[in-house]
Amino acid sequence: MREITYAEAIREALRQEMARDDSVFLIGEDVGTYGGAFGVSYGLIDEFGEERVRDTPISEAGIMGAATGAALIGMRPVAEIMFMDFTTIAMDQLVNQAAKLRFMFGGKAKVPLVLRTPAGSGTGAAAHHSQSFEAWFIHVPGLKVVMPSTPYDVKGLLLASIRDDNPVVFVEHKLLYKTRGPVPEEEYTIPLGVADVKRPGKDVTIVATSIMVPRALEAAEALAEEGIDAEVVDPRTLKPFDGETVVTSVMKTGKVLIVHEACKTGGVGAEIASRIMESEAFDYLEAPITRLAGLDIPVPYNRTLERHRVPQVENIVAAVKDLLV
Amino acid sequence: MELQRDLCVDMLSQMYKIRFFEQTVDDLFARGLVHGTMHLSIGQEASAVGSISALRVEDYILSTHRGHGHCIAKGADIKLMMAEFMGKETGYCRGRGGSMHIADIEGRNLGANGVVGGGIPLAVGVGLSLKMQGRDEIVMGFFGDGAANQGSFHEALNMAAIWSLPVVYVCENNQYGMSMSTRRAFKIEKMAQRAASYGMPGVTVDGNDVVEVYEAASEAVERARAGEGPTLLECITYRWKGHSKSDQELYRTKDEIESWKNKEPIRRFLELLITQRVISEDEARKIEEEARRTIGEALEYARASPEPEVDTILEGVYA
Repeated sequence: MREITYAEAIREALRQEMARDDSVFLIGEDVGTYGGAFGVSYGLIDEFGEERVRDTPISEAGIMGAATGAALIGMRPVAEIMFMDFTTIAMDQLVNQAAKLRFMFGGKAKVPLVLRTPAGSGTGAAAHHSQSFEAWFIHVPGLKVVMPSTPYDVKGLLLASIRDDNPVVFVEHKLLYKTRGPVPEEEYTIPLGVADVKRPGKDVTIVATSIMVPRALEAAEALAEEGIDAEVVDPRTLKPFDGETVVTSVMKTGKVLIVHEACKTGGVGAEIASRIMESEAFDYLEAPITRLAGLDIPVPYNRTLERHRVPQVENIVAAVKDLLV
Repeated sequence: MELQRDLCVDMLSQMYKIRFFEQTVDDLFARGLVHGTMHLSIGQEASAVGSISALRVEDYILSTHRGHGHCIAKGADIKLMMAEFMGKETGYCRGRGGSMHIADIEGRNLGANGVVGGGIPLAVGVGLSLKMQGRDEIVMGFFGDGAANQGSFHEALNMAAIWSLPVVYVCENNQYGMSMSTRRAFKIEKMAQRAASYGMPGVTVDGNDVVEVYEAASEAVERARAGEGPTLLECITYRWKGHSKSDQELYRTKDEIESWKNKEPIRRFLELLITQRVISEDEARKIEEEARRTIGEALEYARASPEPEVDTILEGVYA
């Protein structure tokens, strides 16, 4: 199968869906000629015009409100917020409006929109351009939260998200944009709420999200050389969450490490750990559930400090070994 | 303007319905028959009715926390509205929304809003959608003087203007954002002056004169429908009641409130209609009685309606 990058896979999904459905349009800062801050929508304006690839002023609340209002009466906007850090400025429109309108109106309206936003550190952009806020959004009834880790997943999940009738927060990772992988040319969807076992194993379960998936896979290869067979589970969507796949894996291995980039306190790892504790897998646990996550500090600028802020391959390897002692 | 009889009768009737609806729900609250809170627009009926009367049935509105008037003026079934107010399953939002979130999607009222300024950006989206779909309808977005100092106001008005969207923004300036008076919250004389900074017309009218509001709104609606972009219409008005149910009214004087009661919008309109012989006193009485009856029937309907079943509590979060 042909290999393309994560960014190209997103662009291909956008292109195919815009060609298929006239109600789909892009809206965001510099998404037009510039192609988005990370070049994801580059070239789409030539194909679909400036009406459907709509550059906006620097107005995140306005972008989110425009997307929400447009979705309310029949469009399917795909809004881009340039950095996940800036979703803070769009919060009222996303959390109080987009997420809640349907419920508040007795189920009589729908808000089919996608908010695409890049999260994560590793680019030396410091504390205002490196954050991962997915835990905030899983806390909001009415939102779905998707966090793809591979080019294949990002295409299928984005197509599914655009076709979903709910507001979907689609969390991309800056460091994944240039990663390559096999992606079918045709359209396909990956249902929201279905996890994927990225590597089967029998000794320990590593539940990893986003950029932590490739790192966990690399760690698993290193561990394999030492005779440790790790299973890597990627939830792919955090809400709805596929608890069954995680629970099944933990019942098989009896040990689980949860890895994410976002701050540990109040992160999605706490939620995943609770799901395991509350499930039938509890009786199968042979060791305490362990979380490996970002330090509870803002992302520092200095390269070494930035690297130490976030779990790396060697940290995952070490954490698994601690778990197996 | 020539006072067209049908339009005037309709506007008078709606103003009465709004007034009686709000007096009724105020009474329900005082007697402990409903819970929560509400925001009454008694004294502001002309700005809601005058502006919405300039719309076609198929046009959209976005309302505010003080939105009973907009909802009625847009043609809501008051039975369903009252049922929603009382939290009943038969209400517009199945009792999930209440006073602050009533929406009549079929009637193209895209909802009241609990966040001050929350609906202003939504109007951009509705306008954008209408324009992209090549439709002839427009959207009217309401907000108050308080919301005009939210950041969302700035972002949204600018976007509506640069894209020439079919939006009419109506600011009901009742001169207080809760307790903060416009004298203290604005350095400028008229809020509508801000329109100039977005490159759109800004018009300030006597919001207690339903004819003046209607005329200004009609002009803005025509402009929006013609593809010439948004207008900011400021209606100067006054709420007779407190901000919400918790208001002790420590920030304004009784004299001030009384002085505004002399500018009462319904009586002013009624006197005009009778002096101009558009309707007779007898007809006016019938319109008033009919409005009272409508509200009475709505109250009966709402009272007799069932509460939502608890086992439906999880419904409606996701489509």
